[in-house]
Amino acid sequence: MVDNTKAEAVLHLENVCKNYNPGTAFEAKVLKDINLTLNKGEFCALIGPSGSGKSTLLNIIGLLDRPTSGKLFLNGEETSVMKDKELTHLRGKSIGFVFQYHHLITAFTAVENVMMPFLIDKGWPDDDMRKRAEALIEQVDLTQWKDNGAANMSGGQQQRVAIARALAMNPALVLADEPTGNLDGKSADVAFDLMRKVNQENGTTFLIVTHNMELAKRTDRIVEVVDGRIV
Amino acid sequence: MNKFLPFEWIVAVRFLIEGAAQTAMIIVGTSVGVGVIVFMSAMLTAIQGNFLDRILNTQAHIVVYQPDTVSRPLFRNAEFTELAVVQKPAQHISPIDQWQKTLQQVRGMNNIAVAAPVVSGNAQVVQGATAKSLSISGIEPSSYFGIVKVPSLIVSGSAELTTQNVLVGTDFARKMGAVVGDKIRITALSGQQLMLVIGGIFDLGNRGANERTAYVSLRTAQSMMAVKGGVITIEVTVGDPYAAETIAQEIAATTGLTADSWIKTNAQFFTAMTTQKLSFTVINFFIALSVAFGIASVLVVSVVQRSKEIGILRAMGSSQGQILRIFIIQGGIVGLLGSIGGSMLGFLIVFLFGTFTRNADGTALFTITITPLLMLETAAVATLAGLAAAMVPAMNAAKLDPVVAIRG
Repeated sequence: MVDNTKAEAVLHLENVCKNYNPGTAFEAKVLKDINLTLNKGEFCALIGPSGSGKSTLLNIIGLLDRPTSGKLFLNGEETSVMKDKELTHLRGKSIGFVFQYHHLITAFTAVENVMMPFLIDKGWPDDDMRKRAEALIEQVDLTQWKDNGAANMSGGQQQRVAIARALAMNPALVLADEPTGNLDGKSADVAFDLMRKVNQENGTTFLIVTHNMELAKRTDRIVEVVDGRIV
Repeated sequence: MNKFLPFEWIVAVRFLIEGAAQTAMIIVGTSVGVGVIVFMSAMLTAIQGNFLDRILNTQAHIVVYQPDTVSRPLFRNAEFTELAVVQKPAQHISPIDQWQKTLQQVRGMNNIAVAAPVVSGNAQVVQGATAKSLSISGIEPSSYFGIVKVPSLIVSGSAELTTQNVLVGTDFARKMGAVVGDKIRITALSGQQLMLVIGGIFDLGNRGANERTAYVSLRTAQSMMAVKGGVITIEVTVGDPYAAETIAQEIAATTGLTADSWIKTNAQFFTAMTTQKLSFTVINFFIALSVAFGIASVLVVSVVQRSKEIGILRAMGSSQGQILRIFIIQGGIVGLLGSIGGSMLGFLIVFLFGTFTRNADGTALFTITITPLLMLETAAVATLAGLAAAMVPAMNAAKLDPVVAIRG
């Protein structure tokens, strides 16, 4: 179901609302009529105070949560009509995640963590996957540590592995939730520069949630959420 | 990463290896449970096999004979009144009507291994001051030796039966001071006297039987018991001793004769055996249950510990089914490895049991063997228990909301 008018947009949100506990005394309107379009290749920051609803927005964009009302188009495809299974598949294929706490799977090595999205998609490992994962590891400059257990790396290294993993499926959109929030200044710069480089070289669209205004200013576009609305 | 395993297996195995201490403990726990089950099952089979052999090696599974005679009360009519008490008649020896036909009929039925005509009765042997009673079986060696393997139980002489000789048990021979070749005078309860030569001495493995049992040829017994040309019982063995009662009922229904199975004649023994089997089964069931709960509890903890990793796997596109399988596989692997360890432990216990429990003379009480079938069965049961135990934790894992899990 491709909508031609939104063909250029990687992501398009139309009047997206999110209410928690609808119809009860505890009803909370977290997102109110959000309209947002991200075009291919954009490098965008999402800022806002705590409790503004930006995490909820990120979860909805990441197809981890569904809006209460409104429509979400990913690469022109309308997602609200999809079943959970289709959403899961679309999420694996089209969206890469980088979280504040790297969330590597500690039972695997760095390169194996990067292989994981391929493995989930295909079901069986093959040599091609490993080659692509190793290329990504090289891109994040960790070739030397590729066979290290994920738990035996520094926070900055782990976050770079997480970035490589987010890029594995060559996703349309990478969502980063406070990707540098848990890193020291130098590691944070390295991680940020890395995302910037990937954005410029591969044309990957990034949406980066951050509290750090310095960081936000270094992106192409800043979207601010206040009290459930984009301002 | 192993290229011969799919995604779910790879993750399941890595999770188990990463939590090596936990995994080792639950595998040891499972092994102990399975080991005890293996040992108990093997021991039960051995004990019951041993008892069953002792009982069934020296008797037929089913004995067919003429029904008891019953008194018929007088009719109530104008002239007679029914007697209040009907006296039961004494049972005299009654040969089976047309036994050849009945024998053919029984042999023609399903599940019958051997059917043999027998003339049995009691007799007495007096030798000086010693008098012993004997339970005489007149047999047709060709068929009867298929029921009680007398030739293999002979300790001296031979099992050959002519009209002139008799086979007696070791204890009888010892009490009578008799050896092979001696003549003994046998007085049947009919009053008939015969002089027979001891042709062989056998050991049935049971003192009572060795003292009382004697075998003569069918013809000799017929004249001794005054049933010329007739037989008193048809003795039968069947393929499956536990089916004896059912088959006995079929025989009774087909022939119109009375058929008693060993299960009925040894009812108390059979009940004891069934009870023993049931109690072992109950114990095994509860051991299996506790093993399953052990596996489940470890996996429940593992799901909680790994909720963030499950969340990220879900965010990366893993389906609920994939997550479910990752944990079910872990349960199955733990169950299977536990059953392998358990079988080895079972062998160890059997070995120790065999070493430390001995008869007074140093021989083994009985031989316990762990058969490959038993090991396969236990492996299957333990693996299934592991899979079943993993169901609940695996469903918990699959149902985790990635948003909640990641934020954790």
